[in-house]
Amino acid sequence: MPRLFIPPLLRPNCEGKEEVVVEGATVLEAVQSLDQQYSGVMDHLCPEGKLRAGMSVTVDQNVTPRGLAQKVAPESEIHFLPAIGGG
Amino acid sequence: MATIDETKAVEGSGDTPPKYKVIGTRPIRHDGADKVTGRALYGADIKVKGMIYGAVLRSPHAHANIISIDTSKAEALPGVRAVATSADLPEPGDKIAELGEGSVVLNHLSSNNLARTKVLYKGHAVAAVAADNLHLAQEAANLIEVKYEVLPPVMDVLKAMEDSAPVLNPDVRTEEASTGEKGDKPTNIAKHIVFEKGDLEKGFAEAEHIVEREFRTSTVHQGYIEPHVATALWNNDGQITIWTPTQGTFSVRQQVAELLFVPLARVKVVPAEIGGGFGGKISVYLAPAAAVLSRKSGAPVQIVMDRTDVLQATGPTPGSAIKIKMGVDAEGRITAAEAWMAYEAGGYPGSPIGAGAMCVFSCYDIPNGRVEGYDVCVNKPRTNAYRAPGATNAAFATETVVDELCEKLGMAPVDFRLLNASKEGTRRIDGVTYPRVGLIETLEAIKASDHFKTPLTGKNQGRGIGSGFWFNAGLKSAVTATVNTDGSVSLLEGSTDIGGSRTAIAMQFAETLGLAAEDIKPYVVDTDSVGYTDVTGGSRVTYATGWAAYEAAKDLQRQVVARAAELWDVDPALVSYEDGHVVGPDKSVCFKEIAMELSTTGEPLVGSGVSNHNEPGGAFGTHLIDVDVDPDTGKVDILRYTAAQDCGTAIHPAYVEGQIQGGAVQGIGWGLNEEYWYDEEGSMRNANFLDYRIPTCYDLPMIDAIIVEVPNPGHPYGVRGVGEVPIVPPPAALEAAIYDAVGVRMYELPMSPPRVLHELLKKES
Repeated sequence: MPRLFIPPLLRPNCEGKEEVVVEGATVLEAVQSLDQQYSGVMDHLCPEGKLRAGMSVTVDQNVTPRGLAQKVAPESEIHFLPAIGGG
Repeated sequence: MATIDETKAVEGSGDTPPKYKVIGTRPIRHDGADKVTGRALYGADIKVKGMIYGAVLRSPHAHANIISIDTSKAEALPGVRAVATSADLPEPGDKIAELGEGSVVLNHLSSNNLARTKVLYKGHAVAAVAADNLHLAQEAANLIEVKYEVLPPVMDVLKAMEDSAPVLNPDVRTEEASTGEKGDKPTNIAKHIVFEKGDLEKGFAEAEHIVEREFRTSTVHQGYIEPHVATALWNNDGQITIWTPTQGTFSVRQQVAELLFVPLARVKVVPAEIGGGFGGKISVYLAPAAAVLSRKSGAPVQIVMDRTDVLQATGPTPGSAIKIKMGVDAEGRITAAEAWMAYEAGGYPGSPIGAGAMCVFSCYDIPNGRVEGYDVCVNKPRTNAYRAPGATNAAFATETVVDELCEKLGMAPVDFRLLNASKEGTRRIDGVTYPRVGLIETLEAIKASDHFKTPLTGKNQGRGIGSGFWFNAGLKSAVTATVNTDGSVSLLEGSTDIGGSRTAIAMQFAETLGLAAEDIKPYVVDTDSVGYTDVTGGSRVTYATGWAAYEAAKDLQRQVVARAAELWDVDPALVSYEDGHVVGPDKSVCFKEIAMELSTTGEPLVGSGVSNHNEPGGAFGTHLIDVDVDPDTGKVDILRYTAAQDCGTAIHPAYVEGQIQGGAVQGIGWGLNEEYWYDEEGSMRNANFLDYRIPTCYDLPMIDAIIVEVPNPGHPYGVRGVGEVPIVPPPAALEAAIYDAVGVRMYELPMSPPRVLHELLKKES
């Protein structure tokens, strides 16, 4: 099952864990799965089911342009990171 | 120049035929003749019938409330056709626009174009005038009376973080990047970022040596030669056309539409040739005001910045304060690392602190780490991207600490890096693991170089090494390919060309179809003439638009095969496209021949390709620098410079070398000389190219570029971006070289003669 990495400041909401095994075929479903385990986390990561401005989702080493709709595989890693722009 | 091609090495020997026919060659650039003869049309060369000229009134204060603006005298001046202030721009509220490479708070962007209630830096645009000629426009701008309530400015990132600091933006609260939680009071600290990995305390407890240092870097500008220009026509039918040199026509279209509250489809952006950007020509500064002036005057309006405007009001890249602590065991393995970073955002939030925080330890495999970053508003121009935004500041700090640790360990810096280098599978502090990357290969290339093997001999000479990383980007691109009746192809693309990308894209298209680069005619076209394309930035164009060109060529292959089967009256399954030829059961015809034949027997051949891939492959570079330091003046002369970079497959090696050299030179300027000089009132005192000192050819040796080709598995031809990494290592490598030469450590950029001399005198005393 996919692993969702927890940003440090959210770890207190997730029993201090750095990563949590989740269910789901997309990033959104993975976050919903995380929210079922640790209620309220979704409001931080993607309030109202939308990616917050200034944030990006990385799945398996790459920032995805599809955001929360990105499909994830059972062995996927999911990270929420600041969006960055190049020059 | 040297090229190390891992693909060829894997294939075995020099007897192996070249993998590609076009890729890896050095054809003459398609836009070369126009550029060397001066016929290429840059922003200020654009002339539109009936065009009038604009001038911008800018704030003389670094921080002030705007009490009132009286434009009556300007409007009364004969020859003045229109005056614009922020009252002419709709209020965007708290809307945030996604611009492909990032988001922007529209209220901040709007106020940065024409200040609403406050000016936040000297040079902040307050009003704009259009008149029959430029002199009249400038005279009228000076007749506008603005009453200010002058406020104390805050110019230093650390002072701006203090509770007692003057607050620039009453609407800004500190946002925790990962949770979205916001503070409850106005502040200059717009964002706080934290990354953690492993057990930091345990890591430092395991260390044999620990070095902890603090660093400062100055505000520097992208330094593009061509100033900002925008020409706008707001036509009577409601259509707006913008002609401008920009890194992203579609981004300009969206910004103008959002700021003026007009439908996107009513805005067309026509790219002029661009005289440098480096990240600084993505945000709009002039186009919205020019459009408003055009609407009010009924005429096309052109506004051109001068150099002072460019330095005072655009760019720059942030100054920063950074603390680094790193520990290593007795064998030289890093056990723990910690960073605290504060980046200046300028007048409005949005420094590249996120990227800086992700890059600060990116070159090393670190088991335990913590990074904390802050985005901080100060009374300077709103910062913008500059080649690998945020990474150069960070690398200067980390690499200097690494150099000190190497000294404590008695270990060669290159061997320390080889021992600790990030590689495939390394997990960064922010949590992400690397795909196949080539840092180790760049270190080995430097170690094998003639430069590395040649000892220094002179007194006060020293050698330094530094490495750097940038992510690169994918994002969206589109191209359209029209086959001409002679078999040549016109290739329309939306990526504005800052670094030779027309040719690099055309070469990938040509390779796919089996044509020569010269058979392709690439054109950068306006936003109504090609599919959506994200900005030329993030080192993405050769990767992403090249991939779109590859797809367009594949599309044409499919069409040609189908049409040939029909023409030859054979089963399409028996026809294929191989090595530039359409091959049927009993014949093989090259593309040009079949294209000519098909042009007379059916519909036109038009192919299209799009890309939105996200495996750009990170890129690493390692630079080796020899310097000579004058102990009497502190002046640093560069004796020799070698830069090795993992470039993936080098499509056009000369362009790759050019990017490495250009980035290195800008990094040298950042490291040795460039800085904004502000007085106590927040006024920039060196807002010209005489006093803001970028390197010239007199300051530089040849930059020897070693192209290391570790193909990116996430691209059909193995492309990685190359444009940004080379600016990252230079300041750090220069610092190490200066220390090696004269034994003083430099913890502040630039390492200009007065600063070096100061440290030398301090050491003597």
